Amino acid sequence: MTLSIEHKAPNRVLLTLLVLMLLADLCLPLLTDAPNRLISGTGITLFALLESHKQSQGAWLALPFLLLAVLPFAPQTRPTQVMAAVSASLLLGGFSLLAGLTANKLSGDADSLVRISFGGGFWISSGLCCLIAADAISRTAARPSVRITANLLVFAPVAALLLCGQLDQLSILKEYANRQDVFDDALLRHLQILILTLIPSVLLALPLGLAAFRRPRWRRSLFPLLNMIQTIPSIALFGLLIAPLAAMARQLPWLAAQGVGGIGMAPAIIALVLYSLLPLVRSIVAGLDQVPHAVVEAAIGMGLTRAQIFLRVEVPLALPVFLSGLRVTAVQAVGLTVVAALIGAGGLGSIVFQGLLSSALDLVLLGVIPVVVLAVLVDNMFKFIISSLATAHA
Amino acid sequence: MIEFHQVGKQFDRRKVVDDLTLTIAEGEFAVLIGASGSGKSTTLKMINRLIEHDAGYIRFAGEEIRRFKPEEIRRRMGYAIQSIGLFPHWTVEQNIATVPQLLKWPRPRIRERVAELLELLHLEPEQFRHRYPHQLSGGQQQRVGVARALAADPEVLLMDEPFGALDPVTRAALQLEIARIHQLSGRTIVLVTHDIDEALRLADRIVLLDHGRIVQQGTPASFLTDPANDLVRDFIGRSDIGIKLLSLEIVSNYVRCGEFAEGEAIAETLSLREALSAFVTRRVEALPVADAQGRTTGVLHFADVLARKPTA
Repeated sequence: MTLSIEHKAPNRVLLTLLVLMLLADLCLPLLTDAPNRLISGTGITLFALLESHKQSQGAWLALPFLLLAVLPFAPQTRPTQVMAAVSASLLLGGFSLLAGLTANKLSGDADSLVRISFGGGFWISSGLCCLIAADAISRTAARPSVRITANLLVFAPVAALLLCGQLDQLSILKEYANRQDVFDDALLRHLQILILTLIPSVLLALPLGLAAFRRPRWRRSLFPLLNMIQTIPSIALFGLLIAPLAAMARQLPWLAAQGVGGIGMAPAIIALVLYSLLPLVRSIVAGLDQVPHAVVEAAIGMGLTRAQIFLRVEVPLALPVFLSGLRVTAVQAVGLTVVAALIGAGGLGSIVFQGLLSSALDLVLLGVIPVVVLAVLVDNMFKFIISSLATAHA
Repeated sequence: MIEFHQVGKQFDRRKVVDDLTLTIAEGEFAVLIGASGSGKSTTLKMINRLIEHDAGYIRFAGEEIRRFKPEEIRRRMGYAIQSIGLFPHWTVEQNIATVPQLLKWPRPRIRERVAELLELLHLEPEQFRHRYPHQLSGGQQQRVGVARALAADPEVLLMDEPFGALDPVTRAALQLEIARIHQLSGRTIVLVTHDIDEALRLADRIVLLDHGRIVQQGTPASFLTDPANDLVRDFIGRSDIGIKLLSLEIVSNYVRCGEFAEGEAIAETLSLREALSAFVTRRVEALPVADAQGRTTGVLHFADVLARKPTA
């Protein structure tokens, strides 16, 4: 544990991140202002914004920033780190609030076509805020469960602003308001594809992994095959599946009646399952491989049956490694599902591609941001499960 | 209790155990010793059918071991290996309770048995019951391993280099422990080691194996006084056979009662080897001896130690 160890030297990480943030806000526009959604706008820097605003709103940024600027020189104790994390979280909220207020002022009118979008300065500053918070949390929180919860709490101020409607006039949320039905459907479909991928993947990977673990000869032929699948680019694999599935649907009308065809969910899920097999099978084999030989021998020597050894010894000891594999697979599937929109599977990818085709950047972001959030949530959920398993016998 | 008759085992046409005939009586502490590759571990593992023999027969309690189901015979024998054999995801209590649970003992009886065994091995039950193996020192882990092997009151205790990974001090403490348990319970124990001092200290009978064959078997004293060939002599260490002989005997058997000598008394439970050390360091030829309560019981003479003629 690194907590409450006093460092004489200033916290250089925090200092560097703050200087970078200052530079980004000096050089890059915080927001952009466009007369309508298709035209790229003109940039507004942070300092131009602060000048035009009342000073009380600037305080939301200045207070946490000044606090962060002092903290590197304070003793690096637990309260200091907690303060750094809270300040970073408030600073992130402050940037968002400033963006929301500016959008209210410049395009508050209901029929206004004016679009206020995030600029480079905003993205870099919020990214740096997240890094500062993550760094502070990792220095003080030893338990993984605490760390994960704290990392999620960093976004609480932004989430609160979002829920209060303070950010509604920003371009990305206007896109959301215009396409709420489409967005909700896409999100639901994205989750549906994710679950329909993971369940059959696990069901297929379990027997394959067990076979590969028990018979080295299977392992030698299975892994090259799965490796080969993994190297096919996703678009190519989606494309490759169109012809055979379309042919199958023609030959077997009952399949077509189930909705299976060359395009749509069926080829997407098949391709995603194929991609998921390698990390899953590999993690099953690796998990079982790392069960100490002496433990299994002791179990046999004490008279446990084959099935008892598998269920009581091998499975529990292999589980953390398998779950790490499942975590990688799930995060990978969240991302790959975006591409699946190209063959008509739907999901958040359909919003992304719609935005790309109509060159509306904020529409692209409306698709991409939830994908990122979803990936982070799935990742943290599995990390949480794995860490609580580990603490159970650590 | 355990009877090997012309037993053989081959791995890839290489004879690992060859024409092995050996009887281990009930209550005996037998130590199988040999260099690595001598077939000592294979011999041990054939007893609980971790390895199946392919020639001759092995009898346990009068019956050929193939008549039993492998799981049944293993549950009737305790099995302890080096500390890494503990289940890392189970507490000390769960580890020890493994075989009693397989035998479906009632829960209160298991709890009681776990506490009893932890006490037997000098581990405070309430303190250690809920710990995980990685929270224990090497010596404590090995104690838990022995407790686990003893859990279901096995008829035989099989131990495969159980103290191999321990430091000398911890190893000596556990050797004392296992000797005490053997005396208390009178259980049959078969132990595999490559450490001749461990064998001399613990065994009723030592079986020295080389290339899968028995070179010599007998009591520790017979090994030292009457080694069968050069190999045995090498194994027990040519130069200090005399010292090792002394370590087999204790002072109380050599005391002349009713005599008196100057100096601080030595304990009558010491080995003659330790007494010899006292003679040399104090530069005397007679040492006063005291019993456990500190009462002087007599005198140990250097000449008696040299002659190795017991007075009692």
